[in-house]
Amino acid sequence: MTATTAPRTTTAPGTTARPALPSAAAIGRSRIGLELRLFARDSGQVVFSFAYPVIMLVIFGSVFGGEEVLPGVDFRQYFLAGIAATGVMLTSFQAVGTAITEERERGDLARLQTLGTPPLAYGIGKAGQVLVTTVAQLAVLLGVAALAYDVPLPTEPGRWLTFAWVVVLGILAGTVMGIAVTSFIGSARAAGTGIPAFAVVLQFLSGVFFIDSDLPAWMDQIAAVFPLKWMVQGMRSVFLPDSAAAMEAAGTWEHGRTALVLVAWVIIGAVVCARTFRWRRGE
Amino acid sequence: MTATQQAPAPRGTARDEEPAVRVRGLVKRYGGRAVVDGIDLEVRRGEVFALLGPNGAGKTTTVEILEGVRRRDAGEVTVLGEDPATGGRRWRDRIGVVGQTTGAGNALTVRETLDHYTHYHAAPVPTGELLADVGLTEAASRRVDKLSGGQRRRLEVALGVQGRPELLFLDEPTTGMDPVARRQFWTLVEGLRTRGTTVLLTTHYLDEAAHLADRVGVITAGRLVEVGPPADLGGDLRREVTVRWTEGDAPREVVTSAPGALLRDLLAADPFGEVPDLSVTRPGLEDVYLRLVATPERETR
Repeated sequence: MTATTAPRTTTAPGTTARPALPSAAAIGRSRIGLELRLFARDSGQVVFSFAYPVIMLVIFGSVFGGEEVLPGVDFRQYFLAGIAATGVMLTSFQAVGTAITEERERGDLARLQTLGTPPLAYGIGKAGQVLVTTVAQLAVLLGVAALAYDVPLPTEPGRWLTFAWVVVLGILAGTVMGIAVTSFIGSARAAGTGIPAFAVVLQFLSGVFFIDSDLPAWMDQIAAVFPLKWMVQGMRSVFLPDSAAAMEAAGTWEHGRTALVLVAWVIIGAVVCARTFRWRRGE
Repeated sequence: MTATQQAPAPRGTARDEEPAVRVRGLVKRYGGRAVVDGIDLEVRRGEVFALLGPNGAGKTTTVEILEGVRRRDAGEVTVLGEDPATGGRRWRDRIGVVGQTTGAGNALTVRETLDHYTHYHAAPVPTGELLADVGLTEAASRRVDKLSGGQRRRLEVALGVQGRPELLFLDEPTTGMDPVARRQFWTLVEGLRTRGTTVLLTTHYLDEAAHLADRVGVITAGRLVEVGPPADLGGDLRREVTVRWTEGDAPREVVTSAPGALLRDLLAADPFGEVPDLSVTRPGLEDVYLRLVATPERETR
């Protein structure tokens, strides 16, 4: 009895009555700051994230000029939807997937494990960083589209609301899938080539580079399994006039189904993360 | 164990008697090969314990199991009263691990790195104090990728002790350091011991183990072949004395635990009481160590 009540005389500092540990949310908050700081200091990543969608817009704008896809809708306006959705995928899925495999290979994650970092806090840091960088990237893209190419941006609040939920669900789906995919990729090298290659193929299938209705049905069916097609479609509903909905395969924007597919991927991705996330390879 | 069943000592408590680390029959296999092959180990609270052995002896694997980052295949392990395989965040906060990387990228400054990790601990040491402790105050605003090798190691030590750990793991802390940086590092570890932190370090440098450790465990081929204070290592081996002399023109050498008797005989055999080129040497720590690791099948004392 005395053994349990008597004060401990260990001389190591702080052994008596340690205060409570910081919560996962608190560590996650400081990780968002860390991730953003590291992102800002990685000039290659900053340039790629911000310039890539703008360059895509410039190329499409130069190639197709002011040609019209639909009455009153030119190519730039049409492809802005696909480029915005692609941008979200790149800053979430691709950036997170490649970054985590690198961090794991460098031993950064093993270090975090020995600190007892809650995996949730790590995920919060990634998601927060993705949210901030994606918002900045989209602001640059839409700014260039509106100012340099006179692409009309929506004025109705309802359309911006659609924009907001498509972006947020797209970010969440992309982040959890980016984390999840690292459980199945061995080296950072494999991730560095495999993830971008997958992203490019998905962009072709999902109608980022083409007029969606021109795509063969089988491509559309494969693409329909993945979130990108739905994000592109959701973005079209934001940037194109409602008359353009007639061009969609279903004849409508299918907001309900878009939300359903994205939410399903967020849940699937989160479950896969929770079950397979590892701080180090092979243990 | 009997230690925990004893009546409480007048000073201290049962908790103090409990070793910081207790390992019984630890086994870890990779592809059927046992890299850790039945290790028994006890690290007392407040001591600096060195696991000494050649590369590939199983030191790092053992330490990683104790840190709770690698699973074991067999054996009982208790670290600060808990099984590392199931230790939670509170347990992890009580141990410190000095890693090979800061885990926060190289683009941060020293101060930014330390400040960031204060958010992970229950009772972090203030950054200014920590910088002074490891001698990085001057380098506080330098980026991590601009630090020298020795400064990086000191930053990693700072991160290891930031949470005021009761037990600190140092895995091959001075590998690749120049002699000056090693000496500075040793001073740092001595400072930790003075403050009562239990330290478990691995090294393949004999002089490091001899200099820093209160007790040394010699590990080779996944087995602990000897445990004791550096001065007592290889007890029997050290009592063996090598007597060398020249007889005729041939050099002679005899290893004996009774050199006196041998010398008496030698002196008696020579009419003038002279023995050419006579030398009597006791094995140094290094000789003992080399013999210990060369005979892994030798029974533990």
